Amino acid sequence: MSSNNNLLVKLNNAGYQHNNKWLVKGVSLSVEKGKIVTLIGPNGSGKSTTAKIALGIYKKIDGEVEKYTNKVGYVPQKISIDWTLPLRVHDFMLLTENLDDEAINKALSLTGVIHLKDKNLGNLSGGEFQRVLLARAISKKPELLVLDEPVQGVDFTGEIALYELIKKISDELNCGILLISHDLHTVMSATDHVVCLNGHVCCSGSPIDVARNNEYKALFGEQASQILTRYEHKHDHEHSNDGSIKKN
Amino acid sequence: MFDDFFIRALVAGLGVAFVTGPLGCFVIWRRLSYFGDTLAHSALLGVTLAYSFEINIAFSVFIISSLIALILIQLQKRTNLPGDALLGLLAHSSLAVGLVVIGFLTFIRFDIMGLLFGDILAVTVDDLLIIWIGGALILLVLKLIWKPLFASTVNYELAEAEGLNPDRAKAIFTILMAGIIAISIKMVGLLLITGMLIIPAAMARNISDSPQKMVVYSIIGGLLSVILGLFSSLEFNTSSGPSIIAAALFLFILSLLNIKQSIKLKN
Repeated sequence: MSSNNNLLVKLNNAGYQHNNKWLVKGVSLSVEKGKIVTLIGPNGSGKSTTAKIALGIYKKIDGEVEKYTNKVGYVPQKISIDWTLPLRVHDFMLLTENLDDEAINKALSLTGVIHLKDKNLGNLSGGEFQRVLLARAISKKPELLVLDEPVQGVDFTGEIALYELIKKISDELNCGILLISHDLHTVMSATDHVVCLNGHVCCSGSPIDVARNNEYKALFGEQASQILTRYEHKHDHEHSNDGSIKKN
Repeated sequence: MFDDFFIRALVAGLGVAFVTGPLGCFVIWRRLSYFGDTLAHSALLGVTLAYSFEINIAFSVFIISSLIALILIQLQKRTNLPGDALLGLLAHSSLAVGLVVIGFLTFIRFDIMGLLFGDILAVTVDDLLIIWIGGALILLVLKLIWKPLFASTVNYELAEAEGLNPDRAKAIFTILMAGIIAISIKMVGLLLITGMLIIPAAMARNISDSPQKMVVYSIIGGLLSVILGLFSSLEFNTSSGPSIIAAALFLFILSLLNIKQSIKLKN
């Protein structure tokens, strides 16, 4: 048992191998309530694998996973949905949780896709689908959110708005977030703890610590370590109180 | 006009249609039509064993089908053969073994045609009880596992990550498949059972935009197929099992008209 009541999931020296090849090895990290932990690293460095270990999708693992919550929201990096299923956005929102209409509408409004509620999932664009995935994950008010590149395919302004939303959700719901992101700007500005992976944990700590780390510089280049300033952006639109984008 | 046997056939057929409707949707969604076929073929072995040991046919078919499903899962884990090859292997070898066993049982006169294509008109009151009680049980269990089964059908990893235990749901679903084959083998026969599972559900897919609607339409399609098929088999003196499947095919073709219309609307 953990003495820390805020602990949601903890990996102790965890690793996973497939076809006799280690996808990731020796990862230790923990996600606590209200904190955002971000995994960064090059392609094939084991970010998604680490997320799946934390989620319990991979069972035959090395090391240990301690999970203290079952209220989990997951946005996978890749999702292939079989279109032999007639599935509307509305049905998809109810996939793992029985939600009332109000909760569904709220989540879809937050990610800006309420107008797609009755559309067939197969007819959405990549960015729209990504917003629906995020809405589904947050609608159930999870204690742990695992977001594997949650804004891929989302347009630039939407991307910023969604990252702001993620930050806001972590504060509002006091949930822990395990985030995988390629956007170093976001990582460095909105994250409490960064874990830099390259098949193993090559460095971890606060964004500033990681940015100063030599291994991080070696992985991402000198320029990446310059990203320390708080990320600022210009808005071409306004948000209403619930975070949804006001229409002009 | 309706002899007693006809009423029994109708009641049996309607009972089966209620269960094949929702199960058929999952067969289509999870791409299990050949799995269904394999279980159905193995049912022949179950029937011969029932005759040999004088046990209930539905019970014996249920045991053998579940056993074949278990063997399939083990083979998938332990060999590198693709799934469809394993299904073919099990389907045809269990069919062959069943026929060989029949050859040994010279003291029993088998109605092979009845086994292959069903003999709904020979349904007894006991069969009706098995169909309706067994069917109600299958539907009840399906309702209980609906959420994890459906979620894992859409995406396995999402269901697993969010704590729905999709493996358990899948195992239970396999047993339900063995169950429906066991209770309907007498009615449509082992070559046509998969048709009863797939065709009404395929028809429903063409006219529905949500999973719930597809299940409801699939049930309605199955019920209509049974009514249409049985009455026409009485009218034209054709065999009942194939007539039901032909009626289902007729409804499927009608549903294609709906697709054409909706494509036109989109354009």
